[in-house]
Amino acid sequence: MRFDVVVVGAGPAGIAASVTSAREGRRVALVDDNLAAGGQIWRSGEALPRNAQKWIAALRSSEVLHLRGLQVFDHPAAGVILAERGEDCVALRYSKLILATGARELFLPFPGWTLPNVFGAGGLDAMARGGLPVAGKRVVVAGTGPLLLAVAAHLAARGAKIVAICEQAPLRRVVAFAGRMLKQPGKLLQGVGYGWGVRSKIHFSCWPVAAYGKTAIESVTLRKGKKQWTVFCDFLGCGFHLVPNTELAQLIGCQIDEGFVATDELQQTSVENVLCAGEPTGIGGVEMALIEGQIAGLAAVGAVEEARRLARRRRKMLGFVSALRKAYALDPELRRLAAENTIVCRCEDVAHGALREHRCWRDAKLQTRCGMGPCQGRVCGAATEFLFGWRADGVRPPVFPALVSSLAGANFVSGNSSEA
Amino acid sequence: MPEGKLVVSLTVNGQPVSATPETTVAAAVLIAGGYTRASVSGEPRAPLCGMGICFECRVWIDGRQHQRSCQILCAPGMDVRTP
Ligand SMILES: Cc1cc2nc3c(=O)[nH]c(=O)nc-3n(C[C@H](O)[C@H](O)[C@H](O)COP(=O)(O)OP(=O)(O)OC[C@H]3O[C@@H](n4cnc5c(N)ncnc54)[C@H](O)[C@@H]3O)c2cc1C
Ligand code: FES
Repeated sequence: MRFDVVVVGAGPAGIAASVTSAREGRRVALVDDNLAAGGQIWRSGEALPRNAQKWIAALRSSEVLHLRGLQVFDHPAAGVILAERGEDCVALRYSKLILATGARELFLPFPGWTLPNVFGAGGLDAMARGGLPVAGKRVVVAGTGPLLLAVAAHLAARGAKIVAICEQAPLRRVVAFAGRMLKQPGKLLQGVGYGWGVRSKIHFSCWPVAAYGKTAIESVTLRKGKKQWTVFCDFLGCGFHLVPNTELAQLIGCQIDEGFVATDELQQTSVENVLCAGEPTGIGGVEMALIEGQIAGLAAVGAVEEARRLARRRRKMLGFVSALRKAYALDPELRRLAAENTIVCRCEDVAHGALREHRCWRDAKLQTRCGMGPCQGRVCGAATEFLFGWRADGVRPPVFPALVSSLAGANFVSGNSSEA
Repeated sequence: MPEGKLVVSLTVNGQPVSATPETTVAAAVLIAGGYTRASVSGEPRAPLCGMGICFECRVWIDGRQHQRSCQILCAPGMDVRTP
């Protein structure tokens, strides 16, 4: 299949990019591994805010071909990406490619974090939206970032009993940030607004140090400074804010700066015909994702003047991105959470003690199999970057474990002989 | 189970589970009181990320292994297997 524009990721950035570029008869495809459009924030199972409804309606009424449930796993040559769904593999040919692959949560290992019913914070929210009953359950939400309050509010609205919200950042930094946000268009405000109902449970400079339970979590010990106490809970949602999904961009060869995909002000990456929008370029929240998506969509179809106008608006929002990063910067004490036998790599069960002695990611990977499992280091790579300062090494295809049949197809396609 | 909603019936390790069509298989496995996989050293594991990146929620569905259950919705008659 051949397109003028292929967009990877149907979160706010990808939706905005595809809708904006689908003009004047351009053939546009939007590919996402989920069944519904919306990315991480506009998941179904929730009454969506008005601007989300507006964008999703615009997508539905547009000419964009929305390819659902397809995961992009390779970029065998310039102008082609490969995606699979179940046993099917398709090659999508593009003139312009827009990467809008979003972000995932950062998970930090602590004793007991591998117990069932310990989730990410956004992870627990996603599970609840996916039908996990939380009504009447005792829930602790922990980690860092504005997401914690949004998650606690969502869960409370579904009847969960919020036992505690533990934000690792100190109160003064969060207050300074919130004050700043009131002057900013940033929609992460959502989180703070939601917070009122549950705010009495919020602890700052506080995090979980151990989770306990026989077959699933039963209690968690929390620490705030020198004070330490244990609470009973049914679910723990713990996430230390977001890390960008840059694997596909790295595979394509896009330049990465300090962990993020480098772009110019029109969202163009260092690779010709490849643009990037949303969280992979910097963790900036939904408003930033929407504006970057529109800039990329316009730039991809040559509407440069319009794109520049929006780029000027985007520039004004950059202060928010760095304020967010500073406000929720991780406390170095969190590096000491993992004990000797705490598992860091969950796919291969590699413990902290076995990793500590290695010099770098590559070394650890070869000696211990850390990062060699199916998640391909998406969880432990980000954790060891924080714990040991390691940088995960280059990305090789497939960026997600692909079926053997798809890989066979991939060879076929890169041999230029197949068109899906 | 909320009333008045369409219900799908599936089985988790042979045990019948009812869920709404918006329920993920990962949620159904937890509703059935189980976990999703055993780790390489034999620990029980359950979903972590809820978004398809951690692979802790892998189960067998209708005879196919390694299915990320947090990304798959329950369907009538589905046969879900975990260790
Ligand atoms: C679990 C989680 C929950 C969150 N909840 C909230 C919230 O409640 N409130 C809030 O304000 N912010 C929330 N956020 C932050 C929010 O994600 C961002 O502010 C916003 O969604 C960013 O939009 P985006 O389009 O850049 O990325 P995303 O919304 O992350 O969209 C990226 C999309 O690309 C898809 N994708 C990635 N790689 C591939 C591939 N190789 N092939 C196919 N598809 C791919 C992903 O599955 C995803 O659907 C959450 C983040 C996470 C990780
Ligand atoms: S819970 Fe992480 S992949 Fe499904």
